[in-house]
Amino acid sequence: METKAISNNQAINISKKLKTRKKYNIPVFIILMLGAVVMIFPFVWMILSSFKTTTDIYTYPPKWLPSTFNWKNYKAVFDMIPFGRYYINSIYTSVMQTLIQIALSIFGAYAIVFLDFPGRKFLVNLIRSTMFVPMVVTLIPMYLIMNGLQDTYAGIILPQVFSAFTIFLITSFFDSIPKDLCDSAKLDGCGYFRIMFNVVIPNAKSAISTASMFAFLGHWKSYTWPLIITNKEKYRTLPIGMKYLVAESSKEYQVMMAAAVMAILPVLVLFVIFEKQLVKSITLTGMKS
Amino acid sequence: MKSQTKEIRASIHRVRLFGRIYEREQVTTAIILMTPVLFAVFMLFILPVVQVVVYSFTNMTTSQRGTFVGLENYKYILTDNKFFLSIRNTVLFAVLKLVFDTGLALAIALMLDSNVPLRKFLRSTYFAPVVVPVVASSLIWIWFFDPDVGPLNMILEALGLQPLLWLNGKSTALISILIFSVWKGIGYNVMLFLTGLQNIPDSYIEASKVDGASWWQSLIKIKLPLLRPITNFIVMIGIINTFKVFAEIDVMTPTGGPGYSTAMIVTYIYNQAFGRGKMGRACASSIILFLIIFVLTQIQSKMNASKTVDYE
Repeated sequence: METKAISNNQAINISKKLKTRKKYNIPVFIILMLGAVVMIFPFVWMILSSFKTTTDIYTYPPKWLPSTFNWKNYKAVFDMIPFGRYYINSIYTSVMQTLIQIALSIFGAYAIVFLDFPGRKFLVNLIRSTMFVPMVVTLIPMYLIMNGLQDTYAGIILPQVFSAFTIFLITSFFDSIPKDLCDSAKLDGCGYFRIMFNVVIPNAKSAISTASMFAFLGHWKSYTWPLIITNKEKYRTLPIGMKYLVAESSKEYQVMMAAAVMAILPVLVLFVIFEKQLVKSITLTGMKS
Repeated sequence: MKSQTKEIRASIHRVRLFGRIYEREQVTTAIILMTPVLFAVFMLFILPVVQVVVYSFTNMTTSQRGTFVGLENYKYILTDNKFFLSIRNTVLFAVLKLVFDTGLALAIALMLDSNVPLRKFLRSTYFAPVVVPVVASSLIWIWFFDPDVGPLNMILEALGLQPLLWLNGKSTALISILIFSVWKGIGYNVMLFLTGLQNIPDSYIEASKVDGASWWQSLIKIKLPLLRPITNFIVMIGIINTFKVFAEIDVMTPTGGPGYSTAMIVTYIYNQAFGRGKMGRACASSIILFLIIFVLTQIQSKMNASKTVDYE
């Protein structure tokens, strides 16, 4: 058994060496680069255009670069719609949703992984079954349940604080924490709450921050529910505000691009910082299911 | 060590529940921790699911609770031409998107898995649109699709081709949104496929090469079967996500598109409920949407349960 494992490892090592020595596959690289241009072009276009003037946009043949770099369009976004307000609303609701969602998920995951109690299996299945009910299906009852909370932050936040995905993501992180760690804390006289706060959570800190980032990105782009539960401009979140900007700005694309840049920027920054963890958690959810 | 554990064991309070012995402290901790979770599951899933079923049999509107009307709502929507159109659009969109999202993603992942320079950079570029909020990126594409000043038509004209109406044309609106949607979402699947491919031990591929298998044969006989679990996941998530598509549709074609050509099932639900106030009808349409998703995902998982291969 052991010798087999070693030879397998060796085989992998050897083949890895062979791979690095192999020549680059240039035709495939060219195709991939063309594809990459298609993927990136919209963003480049967005950033460049956010500095353009109306005449830049309506000239033919189209101009690639703006004639002057000015921030007029960015200012125009704030003049056309209460963009700052939308921004704060989006940050506030997304952060609150993420905090509650992560807390609930840690509680659930900790109980599922580390505690023995009656009905554990049933609860896991119950939570899993919620994945098959997309929110659009329960939209109307949810709207009626939340009727009194229309145009409030609570109304936006509360229906979006539970995600089975996050629970199972954190469950899979908790699974990798050695049980001995908890047992020894138990021997030292720690209660189960202390173990959760002092042993399990600190050991899963980076995993929890990844899950939080994941949840935040989801909430930041959330559309259907905030659209339904908000009527007053005061409570609109960024995606909803931007939907109305399309009508408001009537083909002043350069202004729309400035708004898009501002909405995308925080996400791109998070993406650059957390790309590795994001990719890992996406593939993890894929593999687990 | 052993006697210590025994001491601790002796001091633990035990309870007998449903014929099994549990540690009391674990059970109380679990109850405290699970209560908010269960409350959320009840309020956000169980209660609304029961309500959507009940309401679908009433003539409830935004202003009145409504009375029981039997299958009236179902009869109405199943004979409503707009509902039929929205189902046709959704199915068309779902099928095309699934084909491109899995086929193209697999092709890109296979290419990224081969020996190319800048692999990390390339991987990031394909993934970037996934993290970008859908409404913000829709704004960019609304401009791309503009028939007068949009870059896409300028490219077509430069190539000497006929410009298109894109989002404004009855026959092109859905395809336009599909193009956007594939651009937006494909990186997610590329990432999953790529991880799957990288998890296949090189020794399998080397061994097949020794046996004289071509690249194509090793793809069909080794890689694809081993990627099956990931493909299943991608198709499953793809079905659920495409059938509930709404945000990009609502932003890019707010009225359901020219001739209702981009209206999806969710658009129909939204219009019935919040455009016309017909909550009962909207609930009945929600039930039908749920049934479609449920049946499709069940068929998909049944079909694949028998086919999964394990080489270990």
